[in-house]
Amino acid sequence: MTVVTGSTRKPLVLVVDDFADNREMYSEYLSFSGYEVIEARNGKEAVDAAQERQPDIIIMDLSLPVMDGWEATRRLKADDRTRRIPVVALTGHALAGHSKGAKEAGCDSFLAKPCLPDQLVAEIRRMLEAGKAVVKAKGTR
Amino acid sequence: MSAAVPTQNRIGAESSRESTAAARLALAEILLFSDDPMECTRATVDWLADRGGARKAICALIQGDSGALQHVAASGVPEGQLESLHLALGKPDHPLVFALSGRDPVTLGKSTKRNGSREDPWRSDFLAIPLPLSEKREARQGLLLVSPSRCEPEATWAAELLGQKIARLRAAAALAEGEHKLQREREMLLNIINASPDPILLTDPEGRMIISNARADALFSSREGESEGRHRAVTLNNMLFSATLSQQAIDESGGARRELLLVSPSEGSDLLFELLSSVVQHPREGTCVVSILRNVTDLRAATEQIEENYRRLKMAEADVRAERDRLDLIIDSVADPILVTDPSGKILLMNSPAERLFTAPQSEETAEAERAVRSNDAHFSSFVSNLFLTGSGMRWQGEIPLTLPSTLQPLPVEAVAGKVLSEHGEVTAVVTILHDRTEAIEKGRLYEQLKAASEQLEEKVREATGELVRRNELLQRQHLALEQASQLKSQFLANMSHEFRTPLNAILGYTSMLLQGVSGDMPPAQRNKMLRVDSNARHLLSIINDILDISRIEAGKMPLHVEDFELPALIAELLEEVEPLIQKAKLQVLTDLRHAATLVRSDRQKVKQIVLNLLTNGIKFTPQGEVKVIARVDEDEVRIAVEDTGIGIAVQDYEKVFEDFRQADSSVTREYGGAGLGLAICRRLARMLDGRIELESRLAVGSTFRLVIPRRGKR
Repeated sequence: MTVVTGSTRKPLVLVVDDFADNREMYSEYLSFSGYEVIEARNGKEAVDAAQERQPDIIIMDLSLPVMDGWEATRRLKADDRTRRIPVVALTGHALAGHSKGAKEAGCDSFLAKPCLPDQLVAEIRRMLEAGKAVVKAKGTR
Repeated sequence: MSAAVPTQNRIGAESSRESTAAARLALAEILLFSDDPMECTRATVDWLADRGGARKAICALIQGDSGALQHVAASGVPEGQLESLHLALGKPDHPLVFALSGRDPVTLGKSTKRNGSREDPWRSDFLAIPLPLSEKREARQGLLLVSPSRCEPEATWAAELLGQKIARLRAAAALAEGEHKLQREREMLLNIINASPDPILLTDPEGRMIISNARADALFSSREGESEGRHRAVTLNNMLFSATLSQQAIDESGGARRELLLVSPSEGSDLLFELLSSVVQHPREGTCVVSILRNVTDLRAATEQIEENYRRLKMAEADVRAERDRLDLIIDSVADPILVTDPSGKILLMNSPAERLFTAPQSEETAEAERAVRSNDAHFSSFVSNLFLTGSGMRWQGEIPLTLPSTLQPLPVEAVAGKVLSEHGEVTAVVTILHDRTEAIEKGRLYEQLKAASEQLEEKVREATGELVRRNELLQRQHLALEQASQLKSQFLANMSHEFRTPLNAILGYTSMLLQGVSGDMPPAQRNKMLRVDSNARHLLSIINDILDISRIEAGKMPLHVEDFELPALIAELLEEVEPLIQKAKLQVLTDLRHAATLVRSDRQKVKQIVLNLLTNGIKFTPQGEVKVIARVDEDEVRIAVEDTGIGIAVQDYEKVFEDFRQADSSVTREYGGAGLGLAICRRLARMLDGRIELESRLAVGSTFRLVIPRRGKR
């Protein structure tokens, strides 16, 4: 996998949400915040897009038509090509079972809706920094 | 006795006269000093041979015991001839018997010739001289035979001397024998009276002892050296005896019986005697009294014993009577009729309950009552006879249909009859106890009723149980439906929450983006309005969150995470979170954590949520002044109080503030915001932690809300 260095290349974020307003709201804000964004409306599209585009991070709504977020995450994590992409689960279901299920499916982090755009950006940054640190640590070895 | 017996000296020799006298003196001397007839006889025979000139001499004496003639001493005669001398005197024609019968000496040869006895050994020249008994010459003691006959003068003299000597000796012997016999008889007599167990006395009429036996001596005589007591007793006895005897003499009733009380000299105890005395006329002693005493002390004791026994018997009889009276009382006090009959069925004894059945009532002796009694008697007799008809059994049990004579009501009784056996095993009586069956029958009837009722009840219970089962099933179905409904409600709320959040997410997101100037700067008027949108959207979100919390708690889906933590850190976090609020309210928020250092075990997140809510409320409802957070950890409890100087709550509203969607005043909601669910959630959460929320407040002074939870939570 290519290592993204510096700001020469914008990080690619895959935003998965079936509710267009939210999806577009995050897309706009992420673009505004300096990220390249691709979108998916359900789990199936998300898996396909991830395999095709190899995003740096995936923002995954869990309640999705066609294929839900948990199933999509499991598939991504079961696929060698997409396994290393961090998945941030984002759901309006605040019940305890949801975050637990998300962790089990393989999500790397969990955010509850409502989630303000700047909160999401802060989380993406944190995750990417952590990923870089891991990569750096591996690279120096 | 004189030895100088005049003799006829036919020898006539002057020269031998002197020597003859000396020889006779010698024999006389021997005979004088001898007491033995044998010795005298022998000496005489020897003298005749030595000094009397006899060639043969024999002396034969008639033996006192056999009456036969037997030789005693002999000289110069062969043994064979002596044996024939032993002969009985029953032969009068025997020459010796003949000689014995006369007084004078007989020459045997002549006499035998005359009698014609040819075979007599004494035919020869023996001179037979009878021994005289006394001076009267009665010859019956024996014979002195000498030969030759010329020595007749010496022999005659010696025979006379010996005869007299033997006669004297024999007389003396006979006398001695008589005296001895008398003595023996006397001793025997004494022994006889001594052998008598009764004292026997022979006294003169004044009571002076003449003869007494040993028993009498023990009572009436004492010796020197014996005890004073005995002496006195003897004296007293003598006086008593004399007095009794003299009294008897006055009565002149010889042979009368009297009682005489004496003292035992050896033991000092009283002895009672029966005195039997009789007067005896003695030829020499004159009038004597013979007294026989019989000890009747034991007899008296025996009599007394009999009397005592009789008295005891009387007492025992009284006891038995008392016992019987008591038994009667007991039997009478038994409510059940009891009858005692003899084996033939005749009633011997019955108690009052039995009398009511088997005797006609005194007052109203109606014919019906008497008929009832007779009928009862007949039934009873027939019942008792069963006891004997059925063999060896000791008991017989059965029912008798009796009639109560007083009311003529039928009285069914259960009867138990038992045999009373004597110690020999014979039936002496029959005891029968009757037991009124009326009650038992009534009970039986009631029991049957009860059983029927019970069965009905059972049936009803069965029906009811069936109904209950049906209802239970219904309830179970309803419960399941409810559970499903509850599930559905929870699911619905969760979905609602999700459905609310999704558009709210967009509202908040876009508002935030606009306020951040993502789409360019806004004029201040627009920006203010956008801030209002943002604020209301956040309020809506908080209401949605509260509703979700309550629905989660109600559905039991609020997880509890118990851990150890410290309060100071938790409160610091809280203060940090409410800092913007504090800034806005311009209040002073103080903390007192001096006693909060100890570790606490509970759900940290829930504790934080509760205190945050209380603190937010405090800030919200305190226009001015201060809010204090005071934490205190004790051994068992944790207390976190939030004190404010705010508007306060009226006492009657204390409970209201904890209700869902309520604030003390509905107008407050508009003024202070919030859905009014905060305290309701706090109270539910505190209960989850096994704790409570306490409230102290005064209107316009301030309120204190205090969370109290156990220091060591269980879950």
